[in-house]
Amino acid sequence: MATVLPAGAKPGRWAELLLLVCALGLSFFAYAQVALAVTGSLPAQMTLHCGGFTALALAAHLILRWRAPYADPVILPVAVLLNGTGLAMIYRLALRYQESGLDPGWGIAPRQLIWTGIGLVAAVVTVVWLRDHRSLRRFTYTAMLLGLCGLVAPLVPGIGVRSYGAQIWIRIGPMSLQPAELSKIALAVFFAGYLVARRDAMALAGPKLLGLQLPRLRDMGPLMAAWLVSVGVLVFERDLGTSLLLFGLFVVMLYVATNRPSWIVMGLMLFSGGVLAAYRLFTHVQQRVEGWLNPFDPDVYDKVGGSYQLVQGLFGLSNGGLFGTGLGRGRPDITPLAYSDFIFAAIGEELGLTGVIALILAYLVLVERGFRIALGVRDGFGKLLATGLSFILAFQFFVVVGGVTRVIPLTGLVTPFLAYGGSALLANWIVVALLLRISDGARRPPPATSEIDLRPVLEAEAARQAKARAVTEAVRPP
Amino acid sequence: MNREIRRIALVVTAMLLSLMVASSMIQFSPGEPLRAHPKNERTYLNSLDRQRGPIIALGGDVLARSDKIDDDYSYQRVYVGGELYAPITGYIAVTQQVATTGLELLENEVLTGTADSLFWTRVEDVLTGRKPTGGAVEVTIDPAVQQAAWDALGASQGAAVALDVKTGEIMAMVSKPTFDPNALAAHDPEAALAAFTALEADPAHPLYNRVIGGDLYAPGSTFKLITAAAALESGQFKADSLLEAPDALELPNTNVTLPNFGDSSCAASGQMTLAEAMVVSCNTAFGWLGMELGPHLIADQADKFGFDQEGLQIPLYVTKSVFPRDMDQAQTAQAAIGQFNDRVTPLQMAMVAAAVAGGGRMMKPHLVRSERDADLRVVDEAVAEELDRPISTATAAALKDMMVQVVESDQGTGRRARVEGVAVGAKTGTAETLKGQPPDVWTVAFGEAQGRSVAVAVVVEDGGSMGLDGTGGKVAAPMVASILAAVFR
Repeated sequence: MATVLPAGAKPGRWAELLLLVCALGLSFFAYAQVALAVTGSLPAQMTLHCGGFTALALAAHLILRWRAPYADPVILPVAVLLNGTGLAMIYRLALRYQESGLDPGWGIAPRQLIWTGIGLVAAVVTVVWLRDHRSLRRFTYTAMLLGLCGLVAPLVPGIGVRSYGAQIWIRIGPMSLQPAELSKIALAVFFAGYLVARRDAMALAGPKLLGLQLPRLRDMGPLMAAWLVSVGVLVFERDLGTSLLLFGLFVVMLYVATNRPSWIVMGLMLFSGGVLAAYRLFTHVQQRVEGWLNPFDPDVYDKVGGSYQLVQGLFGLSNGGLFGTGLGRGRPDITPLAYSDFIFAAIGEELGLTGVIALILAYLVLVERGFRIALGVRDGFGKLLATGLSFILAFQFFVVVGGVTRVIPLTGLVTPFLAYGGSALLANWIVVALLLRISDGARRPPPATSEIDLRPVLEAEAARQAKARAVTEAVRPP
Repeated sequence: MNREIRRIALVVTAMLLSLMVASSMIQFSPGEPLRAHPKNERTYLNSLDRQRGPIIALGGDVLARSDKIDDDYSYQRVYVGGELYAPITGYIAVTQQVATTGLELLENEVLTGTADSLFWTRVEDVLTGRKPTGGAVEVTIDPAVQQAAWDALGASQGAAVALDVKTGEIMAMVSKPTFDPNALAAHDPEAALAAFTALEADPAHPLYNRVIGGDLYAPGSTFKLITAAAALESGQFKADSLLEAPDALELPNTNVTLPNFGDSSCAASGQMTLAEAMVVSCNTAFGWLGMELGPHLIADQADKFGFDQEGLQIPLYVTKSVFPRDMDQAQTAQAAIGQFNDRVTPLQMAMVAAAVAGGGRMMKPHLVRSERDADLRVVDEAVAEELDRPISTATAAALKDMMVQVVESDQGTGRRARVEGVAVGAKTGTAETLKGQPPDVWTVAFGEAQGRSVAVAVVVEDGGSMGLDGTGGKVAAPMVASILAAVFR
């Protein structure tokens, strides 16, 4: 298990601060721009919004200086930028909903801001509380239990709520939560802890088939278990997105842990089987596929659950063109759920292809930083966890945006940091906190030669050499 | 482990790159099919948000313009032409539930400034920083002729159209009853929709442009021009060929006869020439002629004039006129005199008259004279285009003589179409709709003077002001005269 040593690792905290200021500046500029374009004046809560967000982001920065000085300097600013862009866009849509009288009355913009605060606080707490990511390994099975509980909770009568056809919400008092968002993290911890312990056994060679080295049949158990849990999520909660994410996460982590491409092949086969069965069994899956293939077919377009939303999203994107209509100057509100599932289309409409590419690049930077951390960290658990967490971010983004841009059929998942949704925002900030924590471990220089007191060693060496010389001189004739 | 992490990172990179490719294809595709998609409300809303160009009549009168206004839509469309020009301008509403029509629909790209012909204007706008504005559309309508046609129809329902024979330019296009497009352009979408719903529910169909569409009309005796053209083109008949003209024509395999108009007698001898039959519009003679020619020859001739042909645009869509197929002899006799299932647009009949007056050449009718940029500089100009040659020069000359006789002869049914100083030729028609109901009455004509030649078609529903007593000669012919008088004023 080789590690990549950071070449002359610098803490990079000043770089982080600079990037953070840029990210905050851009976010606030967007926020102000939205209100200026729609209402003609600055947002009513400009000071509170900017002040609160800045305070929390700077607090996170200072905590990193104190508790994780070697943490990756790029991750926090990128997350802040994405979160800030999402806030501006949600505020923009809220303004439009108020104007058109379609405001659902539950203030999406302030809620998302509050959840941003909760998320940032959670991230800070995570970094402070978790001194070393390796200590999470002790909670491997606790994490499994928590993760599964989170998945099952929406099915418990009394707290589970059904909405948009999926049973993924729980309601506790005035709060609604999507516990599956937090389950993803818990399960990533569990997979990492479990696989790092079992990887040697699971990598053992089994039968060979068509030139592919299969694992032993008795090691198939965990894969089947993960598959069954995913299928359960799909069947009982109608949540195709989470189902795909969990299974994909497990297969990827299994592959990284064992080195065996055969796991990927088997995973893909099980995946295809599951998808095929889901397509046969569930009309909502059929509708999604139909809407993906023939969105402009008038029948598909007009049908309930048809392609209306997807097509409106595409119209929005095309309306944006290369440079966008400008913030507050497009009509993203025409697309249903533009503030959540289709926030990417809304951003694409107002910021154009330019903005969209910048956004995708920001994700790419975030995710590749995550993988870079996985390469750099020295312990197997950390490698697996960093890989898993990065994959969670990337996969969610790909599934939602791919759905909106017709790369794949639409699947319900939350666009990390951008889309409206408190649970997801909280979960993603914890993911970022964990990545920061692991990166601190990865980039912290190993006890370097310069810092160890070498004098005794050198003195001993000098004495040995002196002795040798003396012996040589004694032997040589004068 | 690191090799595997790198591979996963590579796959993830590829996934995100695929999103960039997909976004580029959607947002920056050169064909822009998404923007032009009819369901795309955004393109529609965008078009409301920029200053739409004006529609102007020949001579510069503004028919429709956009005024700056301080509400949700920035510009208010004002139809200065009102009811008089409603079938030409059409309308554009603030809600897509009221579908755009007329030149507003078919010249939309020019009016919004997105047409290919305005490419350089857009480049100029970008370079000079000018706010993009739409181009102007100049129509071929002559306001004096349009007004004359409007006044001539008076309170009657019906349609009138005037065509320049040499160029195909449409000089007047009136359809009654009509509507006020300003009501549909109201910025309150509810009000616009309510106005639209009321117009649509009106049994008189004010939204129809009767010149080129709607339910079409039975052509009545004006169709005899086409039957005569088929006879002359067949080579079997000349203007002085004798036709059988009994007082009532026996229809084979039926127990009914085809009578003359008002059960009158065309000729004491029971025979008359083709030219004589045309002058008095003898039904039995043309019914007999129709049976002699057979349905195919007449259908072929009708098709050459443009019947049964989809896709004529002026640029408004023209509904095709139809001549029935698979008829027996009795049906052919009736179809030959414009009854049975013949259905025509007034524009089609004006085109027949224009082909006769034009020596056999039928020009493509058109409504747009030029497309202009925001500064009214011409960017595209209409050119006269020959649509077809449905009849030979000789046939045209023979028919022209007959039509002139219809007006000049004292027995001619079209004598009320005479205009001082203008050589007028005409053919009248009185099309029975239902027994006991007043007929739809026609006159199809041309007028020549001062080196110009103009074809006119007028149809008046339900006998116009004369009701059951109305005939083409009494009701429609004087209207043609006043329209031609305005043309050659």
